[in-house]
Amino acid sequence: MEKLIEQFSVGLFFWQTILFLILLFILKKYAWKPILDSVSERENTIRESLDSAENAKKELAELQSKNENLIAEAKIERDALLKEARELKDKIVGEAKGEAKEEADKIVQAAHAAIEAEKASAIAEMKTEMASLSISIAEKIIRKELSSDDKQKSLANELVADIKLN
Amino acid sequence: MQCRSALLTKKINYFCTKFRNVIRQVIMQFTRALFFLAVLVLSQPVLLNASGHAEHAADSIQNTPIEHSHSEGHEAMTMKEEIKAHISHHLQDSYGFHLFTDTETNTHYGFPLPVILIDNGLQIFSSSKFHHGESVAESNGNYYTLYHGKIYKTDESGFMPMHDGHVHNEKPLDFSITKNVFSIMVLSFLLVLLFMGAAKSYKKSLVPTGTARFLEPLVIFVRDEIAIPNIGEKHYKKFMSYLLTVFFFIWFVNLFGLTPLGINVTNSISVTFALAIMTFIITQVSGKAEYWKHIFWMPGVPVPMKILLAPIELLGIFIKPFALLIRLYANITAGHVVLMSLIGLMFIFHSWIGSSLSFALAVSLSLLELLVAALQAYIFTMLTALYFGSAVAEHEHH
Repeated sequence: MEKLIEQFSVGLFFWQTILFLILLFILKKYAWKPILDSVSERENTIRESLDSAENAKKELAELQSKNENLIAEAKIERDALLKEARELKDKIVGEAKGEAKEEADKIVQAAHAAIEAEKASAIAEMKTEMASLSISIAEKIIRKELSSDDKQKSLANELVADIKLN
Repeated sequence: MQCRSALLTKKINYFCTKFRNVIRQVIMQFTRALFFLAVLVLSQPVLLNASGHAEHAADSIQNTPIEHSHSEGHEAMTMKEEIKAHISHHLQDSYGFHLFTDTETNTHYGFPLPVILIDNGLQIFSSSKFHHGESVAESNGNYYTLYHGKIYKTDESGFMPMHDGHVHNEKPLDFSITKNVFSIMVLSFLLVLLFMGAAKSYKKSLVPTGTARFLEPLVIFVRDEIAIPNIGEKHYKKFMSYLLTVFFFIWFVNLFGLTPLGINVTNSISVTFALAIMTFIITQVSGKAEYWKHIFWMPGVPVPMKILLAPIELLGIFIKPFALLIRLYANITAGHVVLMSLIGLMFIFHSWIGSSLSFALAVSLSLLELLVAALQAYIFTMLTALYFGSAVAEHEHH
């Protein structure tokens, strides 16, 4: 211990302190600061690059899945559209068919009615015709029958007989 | 099926990392234990010798100039003494950058450094005036002499009265650019150059090039393994500069201490003291209310315990940085002493078996010292971060 104290030199201590402090300040300003800054900057750059690469990857994956989704959605939509179109077509065709049938039915009905009316009028006409014909026939017959007085008398008798029966 | 195999590989990976961590820890523990054992075993004789012969060695150093001046033909120091003197000389700071000495011609290789003293004003002169402790230096009518690696005031003749083996001459306030100061300057400059170069490469692109590619993992290591786990994500940023500077400073200084240049900055107590006191000051300054509360009025314990704990905790504030400074100092000093002793042993053993054995030991110890250089820097920084962490911690109360 005594030897240590004896060895201690104020001059060397002084110079060591001064020189070390100078060294510390020079190195701090011109070496440690730029080196540490660059190192940390590089580390940040690496970290950021890795992060951005990771992000890009994620984005790409997201984009891909989005695309896939989009495609799937489009497919579904297309299918739905097609189905709808088919349905619409069927509906339109069905409707048209129904309408046509109705129209046809109506036409047929109208025809039937017309035919019926024609028939009825024809029958009526025929009836009148036949009535007038029979009247004229009857007139002619009556005229022939009633051309003599006795014939008229026998008829009148006959008629009277009929009435009595009644 | 695929998912299951993936899970299996994940599990296997998990166990692999766990296993690797365990192995790493075991190796770390083992190396540490080995190192301490080695230091303990190897340093004992050295330290015993050193303490036993401290005065003797000192005498031999002191006597050297006299010997040289009085009788050139006198038998030179023995090999052992020379090695001992060399080691103790290495462990001390010096006023010149001394590389080696040719003892035969007594010429020293190296270069002098400026001596700055505050004594009757500022006295600045070159350390070459001491002629390696062989002559008295004169500056503006003041005379100084070098004794035991320290500068004392003296007169023209170099008169040094001794009492009970101690010198009582006046010691001037010494702010010299010593070898350690010079080394710190050069290494700091090197650090600035290196890291500014590294920082510059980030201006072009965020991907590091050149030295930055090597230094960046170390910087990130300090941030992710030392600062963030100990201080926390929230507060660590403001301490980063200090932690990084301390880590690289200690590591570089330790590494250069292993070169043959003989730099020994971290095994001078003044340097580790300066570092520890900075840690201490920063810790106290950034200490939040919570920190002080944990020192003076420990929450969650009964009142008598609180009173008992307060002085202990208060003492702990000072013991922590003290342990920090002693740990670094002792580890590096022990390493240098053991390594130099082993190198010295190569010359003492005059047989090829002994010398090569100690050579092999010295090589393996150098490798271990390489680890210790980084380990001590790591431990110092880690503990510093731990203290900062305790200063800014926000405890959730139980």
